[in-house]
Amino acid sequence: MNATGVGASVKRKEDNRFITGKGRYTDDINLKGQAYAVFVRSPHAHAEIKSINTKKAAGMPGVLGVFTGSDVAEDKIGGLICGWMIHSKDGSAMKAGPHPILAVGKVRYVGDHVAVVVADSKAQAAAAAAAVNVSYNALPHNVDAAKAMSTKAQVHKEAANNNVYNWGLGDEAATAAAFKSAAHVTKLDIVNNRLIPNAMEPRAAIGSYDTGDDHYTLYTTSQNPHVARLVISAFHGLCPEHKLRVIAPDVGGGFGSKIFIYAEEVVCLWASKRVGGRPVKWTADRTESFLSDAHGRDHVTKAELATDSSGKITGLRVHTIASMGAYLSTFASCVPTYLYATLLSGQYNIPNIYAEVDAVYTNTSPVDAYRGAGRPEATYVVERLMETAARELKMDPAEFRRRNFITSFPHQTPVIMMYDAGDYGAALDKALELSDYRNVKARKAEAAKRGKLRGVGLSAYIEACGIAPSAAVGSLGAGVGLWESAEVRVNPVGTVEILTGSHSHGQGHETTFAQLVSDRLGIDINNVSVVHGDTDKVQFGMGTYGSRSGAVGMHAISKALDKAITKAKTVAAHCMEASADDIEFKDGAFTVTGTDKKMDWSAVALQAYVAHKPGFEPGIKESAFHDPANFVFPAGVHVCEVDVDMDTGFTEVVRYTCVDDFGNLINPMIVEGQVQGGVAQGIGQALLEACVYDEDSGQLLTASYMDYNMPRARNMPSIGEFKLGFTCTPCPTNPMGMKGCGEAGAIGSPPAVINAITDAIGVRELPMPATPLTVWQAMQGMRKAAE
Amino acid sequence: MENFNYHRPATVAAAAALLKKSKDGVYLAGGHTILPTMKQGLRAPKDVVDLSGIKAMSGIKASAGAVVIGAGTTHMEVASSSAVKKAIPALAEMAGKIGGVHVRHKGTIGGSIANADPASDYPSACLALGATIVTNQRKIPADKFFTGLFQTALKKGEIITAVSFPIPKRAAHQKFPNPASRYALTGVFVAQGKDGKARVGVTGAGPAAFRVADMEAALSKEFSEKSIAAIKVPPRGLLNDMHATAAYRAHLVSVLARRAVAAAK
Repeated sequence: MNATGVGASVKRKEDNRFITGKGRYTDDINLKGQAYAVFVRSPHAHAEIKSINTKKAAGMPGVLGVFTGSDVAEDKIGGLICGWMIHSKDGSAMKAGPHPILAVGKVRYVGDHVAVVVADSKAQAAAAAAAVNVSYNALPHNVDAAKAMSTKAQVHKEAANNNVYNWGLGDEAATAAAFKSAAHVTKLDIVNNRLIPNAMEPRAAIGSYDTGDDHYTLYTTSQNPHVARLVISAFHGLCPEHKLRVIAPDVGGGFGSKIFIYAEEVVCLWASKRVGGRPVKWTADRTESFLSDAHGRDHVTKAELATDSSGKITGLRVHTIASMGAYLSTFASCVPTYLYATLLSGQYNIPNIYAEVDAVYTNTSPVDAYRGAGRPEATYVVERLMETAARELKMDPAEFRRRNFITSFPHQTPVIMMYDAGDYGAALDKALELSDYRNVKARKAEAAKRGKLRGVGLSAYIEACGIAPSAAVGSLGAGVGLWESAEVRVNPVGTVEILTGSHSHGQGHETTFAQLVSDRLGIDINNVSVVHGDTDKVQFGMGTYGSRSGAVGMHAISKALDKAITKAKTVAAHCMEASADDIEFKDGAFTVTGTDKKMDWSAVALQAYVAHKPGFEPGIKESAFHDPANFVFPAGVHVCEVDVDMDTGFTEVVRYTCVDDFGNLINPMIVEGQVQGGVAQGIGQALLEACVYDEDSGQLLTASYMDYNMPRARNMPSIGEFKLGFTCTPCPTNPMGMKGCGEAGAIGSPPAVINAITDAIGVRELPMPATPLTVWQAMQGMRKAAE
Repeated sequence: MENFNYHRPATVAAAAALLKKSKDGVYLAGGHTILPTMKQGLRAPKDVVDLSGIKAMSGIKASAGAVVIGAGTTHMEVASSSAVKKAIPALAEMAGKIGGVHVRHKGTIGGSIANADPASDYPSACLALGATIVTNQRKIPADKFFTGLFQTALKKGEIITAVSFPIPKRAAHQKFPNPASRYALTGVFVAQGKDGKARVGVTGAGPAAFRVADMEAALSKEFSEKSIAAIKVPPRGLLNDMHATAAYRAHLVSVLARRAVAAAK
């Protein structure tokens, strides 16, 4: 291994600019003549728009334009789309209502985009936005997923009973039979709490129309700029793709929320032309982020697990109501279906699984993919069931899991997925060892002396990531293919530029991708630059989400590097007067087999460009597209230990252990950071974060950090008690043998934490987030029941 | 934020005169409440009278019987004052737990008390220690000062100039922070005076800070955890929101009071 190659914990190249304040985010960019957009948003959860009077606002100082849905319609600009078609059990297509970029006729959630003011300054735009007079006629609203199909609030006329689809996966009859003959059935009612993504950088956009070239440029906070360009061109109909450049510069966190195409960025582009080509900038304030970023999770589930008399699982049955919010966001429909139910087999051999999902409209912000996207929801269902079943069967939860682990691969589950490789027992063994699981009894006794209830909880997660392959996702309803692209440009001095269709917004691609190049070409990572996030520079690509940049994106780079090496061998062969077949490339040097002739990488690169030896095509620039054969399947075990304060219900995570199988690691330091960050988000979901809409008013009650509780350092286990370990079964479908690590922490942790608290206080069910109030109430319930 | 006239007088009298002259004026101390409300457009005063230039309003003086803290003294100054740490360590500790570092360096005792946020910490200390709120017009006993949700006995234009805390025999403060905002979801300050009488001040739980008479009576007889172990606070009238029900807040008052008694020094 070279010092900056694959497997080395190289410090991140990009951090110098981030920690010295030199990052360049969308809001840092200011274009000549730039104007500012401020949106008029709905104060109502559900209302008919009777009229919008823009006259006063339009006459205010600095105002360049006040636009509403009718202006958008005048220019025939299309609405936002949902790019994944789901069919109901009865074969009908999902029932999607329109999602205009500025409201037409109705508003459907608090924060819905009603009108926009463009002015010389942000303050002028804000003042004029406050003067736009919208007259509303309030309609009945519903914010609760569980009530969506029975409420009188009808969000979209296209979806009767607010039901977007009623979808099923698996063999319903066989699963029913398994339950009929089960020795034991464990049932749980489970709510997966709605979360607000809270990326550190709020969403922002600058739309700029060039009147001279009839060309648009969009700077935006996006995880996938090419997809944004495609959608804005093909569906909004603003302009053809070659007339639109989308740039996603440094992006300060996404967690999924910046995958989607949002109204604001389309409006900024469109409005720029409307105001004569002045660039139009919009930056969300924090309240707008709370109100209008796509939220995550929000599932209400009934789950059942059937076991036989030997403690083997015979069936799993799930019914889930998934809130879509008020509109279908870009990939909303696939999250509670193909990203969720397909993982319900967990790490277990389950012969019969049936899942049914009702997706529903509610008067809330749209819900879409958020770190893990469907897989945390699946893992939560499976792992809460596993722990509860083990306790009911009086089996050790670790042993109950082990008894049901899948042990031979490949393994075809009853819910589409074909697991390619894994060793679940090895991860469990290592996790139990690292967490000192066998001595937990002693620690419980010690904690009791301090007035604390110690509890331990396990979670054995699996996820499918490296989202692809195109044919598979296409057959399941995806409107796009999910491959990735790469280009390798070798400069005359031998330095290398990598152009990738993936996008880094915290993942560290500038380092890890360079490590791969360093490894393959034998050059230092400082001689490699990574270019991404600009549709004019980079070939079409699919972006970053679903832990795909490594497994899919780096595979494309690897293929392009293969081609570049082949081309360089041709050059070297010409220079050393040998046959290309006799050229060997190793450790950055080309040699002719059986001779002492040798040229290093940079010398060959130079010869490729000076081209003084005739007979080959000059230059080394190669590209590749890669469409993998399967998902990748990271898996692992989390062990959480908590202390619950008997008096107050306050829960502290005192010990946390993760053992993950991500296959081969490119940069262990970055992988560890991903796991720790993911666990922080999972602890956030389990203990702290609640997105609360008021049932009566439909207002978002948790619209600031005064009420929305983000995880802090003090909510994490202390460093010595937060243990990470790895096992490795290399992924057979990519040459690096790697899986994905971006979401695992957030997927595995919520059930581990809740399993630990329920163990500590002796309750069966406990809602997330398990705040001190919630835990205290659960303990009160126990006391009352005991009396 | 709307435009306003900014004033920074050097004396209490000048500040009071400026406010009297203004049609719609406010005093600015640390600014942690008024500035956010102005930024959000919830308030748009014509005149902002900054009290931070008044030298006479800052500083800490300790005598044998009391610690007198100028109203313009920051939380950080109180937390790190050797005089406060020596005379009333519980007060210094409490000040050191208000907000975050930035807040403690800007926020002042006078501003906090005048604002009377139901979740702020100082009101519980004022009640438990039997403090006197000194203004440019009079002296107000803490018991008469906190009158309701963000309501105080202060008259329009009246300025708190200092707070005088009698030195107790022992005292302690316990806070259970709101998980999100870190304000006191419930906070209890317990003090036993040199005369042996105990006082219990509660913040965060009700619309205004209040005392718990039953606990005070029991603790005055015997200052021990045991003596208040069975005393429950009725939830009626306490705050009820998504973070804590009235019943939970009432329960926390009992728990925190016991812990404060155990920690009192």
